[in-house]
Amino acid sequence: MKVVADHKVVNIQYFSEENYVIQMESPVDIPKIKPGNFAEIKVDNTPGVFLRRPFSILDVDYENKLISFYVKVIGKGTRYIGLYEIGDQINLIYPLGNSFTVSDKDRKVLIVGGGSGIAPFILLGKEMVKNGIEATFLIGGRSQRDIILTKEFAKYGDVLVTTEDGSLGEKGLVTQHSVFISPQFKYDRIYACGPDPMMKAVAIIAQQKEITCEVSLENTMACGFGICLCCVTATQEGNKRVCLEGPVFNSRYLKWQI
Amino acid sequence: MADLKVKIHNLEFKNPVTVASGTFGFGEEMAEFFDLSLLGGIFVKGLTIKNREGHVYPRMAETPSGMLNAVGLQNKGIDYFIDHIYPNIKHLDTHIIANVNGSTVEEYIEVTEKLNDLEKVTAIELNISCPNVKEGGMLFGISCPSAIAVTDAIRKVYKKTLIVKLSPNVTDIAEMARAVEGAGADSISLINTLLGMAINAEKRKPILSTITGGLSGPAIKPVALRMVWQVYHAVKVPIIGIGGIMNATDAIEFFLAGSSAIQVGTANFIDPMASLKIIDGINEYLNRHSFQSVNEIIGLLET
Repeated sequence: MKVVADHKVVNIQYFSEENYVIQMESPVDIPKIKPGNFAEIKVDNTPGVFLRRPFSILDVDYENKLISFYVKVIGKGTRYIGLYEIGDQINLIYPLGNSFTVSDKDRKVLIVGGGSGIAPFILLGKEMVKNGIEATFLIGGRSQRDIILTKEFAKYGDVLVTTEDGSLGEKGLVTQHSVFISPQFKYDRIYACGPDPMMKAVAIIAQQKEITCEVSLENTMACGFGICLCCVTATQEGNKRVCLEGPVFNSRYLKWQI
Repeated sequence: MADLKVKIHNLEFKNPVTVASGTFGFGEEMAEFFDLSLLGGIFVKGLTIKNREGHVYPRMAETPSGMLNAVGLQNKGIDYFIDHIYPNIKHLDTHIIANVNGSTVEEYIEVTEKLNDLEKVTAIELNISCPNVKEGGMLFGISCPSAIAVTDAIRKVYKKTLIVKLSPNVTDIAEMARAVEGAGADSISLINTLLGMAINAEKRKPILSTITGGLSGPAIKPVALRMVWQVYHAVKVPIIGIGGIMNATDAIEFFLAGSSAIQVGTANFIDPMASLKIIDGINEYLNRHSFQSVNEIIGLLET
């Protein structure tokens, strides 16, 4: 069964005006959350916001019943969630969607996150450690203030950074990072989440290097649990719901124009 | 506990709260949220004779107090429904009502004939009001002669309860209702979505891939109430009210305007438990106003 419940806001940590992490306390035991699962957040009392907003689940503390989300402000909904106060109630539905494949056959994986696309990768990093898989995180953003949680990622693997303005790490897009041209480049699987052009570029590299690549898509959704059929993406087997058959897809299964 | 039972034609519904086609899948996805047998009925996702992929993304735009959709009747076709979905939902203790679509009268007939033998599909909802298909759909539901033609053709081949779903995109809804009643409809459901559009000013482009789509949600409730009220005064067959019902108060308003039952639609997207809360809220209203049965308030609007 899914959790549909009001959750109490216990912490909001702003990294910049546009980036924050919101943590909430669940009134019930949190069911097992897999890396890639998401939640639908109801944004109450906000003119112009009618539907829920989907967010990847950033982290979970099962013992203390805490669940957190990384929010990047892109519109009314994302801005207003950050204006909630400690103690306010927010209605959540979760866990939704499928999850990233964690294979005990993998030895080394590359995890590529652009912007808010890093959100599902804390939970994925934990799974990698649990399964003895060596993870490298490659994180990209426009500038230094968009690069957050690197210390957290460092707990689960190596961290590489790119910024478009060169204010942190290598200058350029994530796909321009030197790791891709390194003679030591050898990964069993690549995971990517971020803007579509970034994921497509990563998928092309993976395809050239014959490495399995999983991407987590973000489409506008009305419901988030498979009933409205609004968030579809074109696949080799027709239109599939990003919210239910996704959000994680093998990049080769998608009909991307690449 | 007030008596929530209502009758639509010769079918008894345990309560008047059903869920609208296209807003509840085929029920399977929603079984993760609650016991579907608590519902009065489920109007399943629209069915067509063949597999339809629907329109390309983007298919949805959020609008003030509502949303536009342009799904385009994505479904795997009637045969897939019969073979792979119906077996999983036929055990439910609620009415399963199939929403029937076609590009031609012949296609409507073909789909309907296949539904005749499904014991647990107790009624069909003839959808002559889908605004998101190029052929058929709403085109049948915005002129009286074509609405009569398709209703009459289906009446001849369908033995069980025939509900016709009307489009609000007409000048005179009462005239449409009388037309389909005359052609053999046992019940009328209304309203389907209102044709609308949304524009991204920065990009100077429509938001939907199809440019136009169907508007739903609280934004359309006043239009729906007006149309239910007009139809209530125009026909004798029971009415199933639809349009922006988010809570029990909204549902009560539809009963007062003349609906015998209601469909919860867009609200399911925001609160999957909305229909259950509405059932409880209707009971609470009836108790508070000392009504024994929901039937007492159908059309009770004092004007």
